[in-house]
Amino acid sequence: MPGWLAVYARELLILRRRLSRLLTGWAVSPLLYLIAFGYAMGQTVIIQGHTYLEFLVPGLVAMASMTQAFAIGSDINISRFYWHIFEEIQAAPVSSASYVLGETLAGLTRGLLASGLIILLGALFGVVLSYNPSFWAAMLLNSFVFATLAVALAMLVESHADQALLNSLIITPMAFLGGTFFPVEHLPWWAQPLLQLLPLTHATQALRTAAFGQRPPLTPYLILAALGGLTFLFAVLTVRRAQD
Amino acid sequence: MIHIQALVKNYKGIQALRGINLRVHPGELFAYLGPNGAGKTTTIRILAGLTRASAGQAWLNGYEITTAALAAKKQFGLVPQHLNLDGELTVTENLLIHGFLHRLPYEAIRRRLEYLLDYVELGDKRQAFVKHLSGGMKRRLMIARALLHEPRILFLDEPSVGLDANIRRRIWALIKKIQQEGVTIFLTTHYIEEAEFLADRVAFLDQGRIVALDTPANLMADLGNWAVDQFSDDNLQAHYFHSREEAQRFAAGTAASFTLRRVNLEDAFLTLTGRKVS
Repeated sequence: MPGWLAVYARELLILRRRLSRLLTGWAVSPLLYLIAFGYAMGQTVIIQGHTYLEFLVPGLVAMASMTQAFAIGSDINISRFYWHIFEEIQAAPVSSASYVLGETLAGLTRGLLASGLIILLGALFGVVLSYNPSFWAAMLLNSFVFATLAVALAMLVESHADQALLNSLIITPMAFLGGTFFPVEHLPWWAQPLLQLLPLTHATQALRTAAFGQRPPLTPYLILAALGGLTFLFAVLTVRRAQD
Repeated sequence: MIHIQALVKNYKGIQALRGINLRVHPGELFAYLGPNGAGKTTTIRILAGLTRASAGQAWLNGYEITTAALAAKKQFGLVPQHLNLDGELTVTENLLIHGFLHRLPYEAIRRRLEYLLDYVELGDKRQAFVKHLSGGMKRRLMIARALLHEPRILFLDEPSVGLDANIRRRIWALIKKIQQEGVTIFLTTHYIEEAEFLADRVAFLDQGRIVALDTPANLMADLGNWAVDQFSDDNLQAHYFHSREEAQRFAAGTAASFTLRRVNLEDAFLTLTGRKVS
């Protein structure tokens, strides 16, 4: 078995053990968003020719795939500082790239599961959109960017507290400003270039366009792919430098 | 074989290792003895690829640990000082993952796993979650895990730290058994009796330097066989004698309270460094 598959297998075993708890936890926030913003408040609101619920579901998929792919960083943090399992992997004949790939696949798996859950919840609220290959490609690219970023940052932090800080500094602002809840065009002109720097803005755009049955532009996919390549390389470098 | 040449490690201005040179022979049980902070764990971490050396080189069965890192990592099993098992997984799953990380085929892992769990007397704990095992069981499981890929070198970093005397004896018996199968063992400890009982050769490590290296018997031979610890005015002074009779004569002539005992490695370390090991 190649090294990346061994790393991935370990994460899958842990994921399988925690799955029911995780799915329950992952469902709470989106459910509340769907009830509060989508159902109660958004019934009469039409955005870009769609009901707010329809507008919201692809945004929530983007947010959930980002959040859950990035959460692999917290698991790595626990395996480094609590279980000390990272040392077991460091001492094994597994290359840094294999390690990053294995953890990234675990992040993608989490992103995929969380996205599926949102789609199911959306269906419960009567929202069934076009979940075509372009939609899934955007979701996977989004998960890839955030999973690799999470691996890289998990190698740089020194404690559990640092990891929690990263979530507050990166994920929360991204979730609210990356087009999940409203079109980014509604924000002032001076904020637009800044919002284009957020990977989630591009992921949301691609996911929403695909989910509405339109052909998404290639640009967000290219941006996410290029960014994913860079964050993957960054992660490999940080894993190499993780020897103290 | 383990070959270490001019190994140096600097941590934020502190020299943790100051030029270690060492050869550990195939099948040897080698103990690295020194107080906390002497550099024992740092040496093992460097050899295992967990810490980067500031200077120097090391080879494990001929593979240099930085330029041939992946090949070098196949040569050894590591039992670190702190527990590093996956508490959320079962005993079997922990071993399976280790086998996968070392690219062993599934069937080979299953066979070896069954043998090793019986070997470390955990055969009835196959499906137990690691978080439910006692400290001694976890330590034995870590030894089994380190042996799963049949390494020719085993690094044991303070293998019995925090364990009670009975469990410690069981771990020692297990270590002896592993050595009898031809595995080269590199062991760090600050327990004198552990080094005395187990080691073929001992290196005394003090402040990042090896200050002596020999068999336990030779390290103690210069001092004699018997020691009298003399207590006076809050001061403890040891005197060494070749025979028990000499020691008893000396003790009878002293007005201070005293203890008569066998010379141990602690005495040799104290004489060389002016410091106690533990």
